[in-house]
Amino acid sequence: MEVKPFETIVREHGPAVLRVCRAVLGPQDAEDAWSETFLAALRAYPALAPGANIQAWLVTIAKHKAIDVHRAAGRRPVPLGELPEPSGRSGHQTGGPGNPGPGGTENFNPLWAALKTLPQRQREALAYHHLAGLSYAEVAVLLGGTEAACRRSAADGMKKLRSLNLEESR
Amino acid sequence: MPHELQLLTEQEAAEDAVLQHLHVRLAAAAADTGVLDVAYTVVGTPVGELLLAATPAGLVRVSFACEDHDAVLAVLAERISPRILKAPDRLQQAAAQIDEYFAGARRSFDLPLDLRLTAGFRRSVVENLRNIGYGSTATYSAVAALAGSPGAVRAVGTACALNPLPVVVPCHRVVRSDGSTGGYRGGPAAKRLLLNLEAAA
Repeated sequence: MEVKPFETIVREHGPAVLRVCRAVLGPQDAEDAWSETFLAALRAYPALAPGANIQAWLVTIAKHKAIDVHRAAGRRPVPLGELPEPSGRSGHQTGGPGNPGPGGTENFNPLWAALKTLPQRQREALAYHHLAGLSYAEVAVLLGGTEAACRRSAADGMKKLRSLNLEESR
Repeated sequence: MPHELQLLTEQEAAEDAVLQHLHVRLAAAAADTGVLDVAYTVVGTPVGELLLAATPAGLVRVSFACEDHDAVLAVLAERISPRILKAPDRLQQAAAQIDEYFAGARRSFDLPLDLRLTAGFRRSVVENLRNIGYGSTATYSAVAALAGSPGAVRAVGTACALNPLPVVVPCHRVVRSDGSTGGYRGGPAAKRLLLNLEAAA
């Protein structure tokens, strides 16, 4: 099996890894985590076993980078009441092609805001399973604990998200 | 457009912009930390889209669209390194000189070249091609003599056909002794266009 140019890996998996980073870290730290993830992946890429599950490999790296970001930021309380404005990105993003400009999607995103209200573990279980497409067995390896516990965390998180959405749409 | 749909496309556009910006940032960080083994870009020219690829040592590959850029990148991944990113920064100079060449404003390329994709006799042919001046041509047998093997006319043909740096290393200036253009990696039409361009300048 031939090794794909790394450019292909970025194009194929970049969007999913960004979604995972956002769900786990929120929009502000997600871009740093994404950059660190792909830089580390590029460094290690030639040694990757042929036929490896690339998405799972990238998500594992992203998970470690997310831990780094958390450490760097110190222990944060789980944000409840106050939701951070995801405006940090607009600074270095001006005039990008297709950028809808101020007032576009730089605004508050209800999904990310809702994810922020979940406990870290539920958020991660949700992100790794539903956004990254990892099996619960793989999620259990990443998060520690049993497959069943990860399944429950994701289900609990999903239930909470659904209830939030219902409240909002009323 | 219904509001939800419009929001969705706006979100996708914003997402694309973020990913594009992240890609640029990744390419820069990779180059800075020395893990970008091959950078490439694609430039539009009168002979179609040219893929330009460079290692830190210099320009390593120029390829025509008819060679299939994806296939070319796959070969580079195998023969040099899979650490390949689209990173136009490393190729700014090369792209500018290609532009000038096709505008008739440049007669020779002044770029660091990485000739690692060619070796042995083929490499000595490729190195000799650089001595054929702008606007002039040489026959395959003359190049064979220049490379020190007057009998190796067919091997010169192969070396030209496999020149990793067409346009920049002017294998298009090698023609048949009957005056016809002969084969070319980018197709006979591209070869004729390059010869005409140089004849007109």
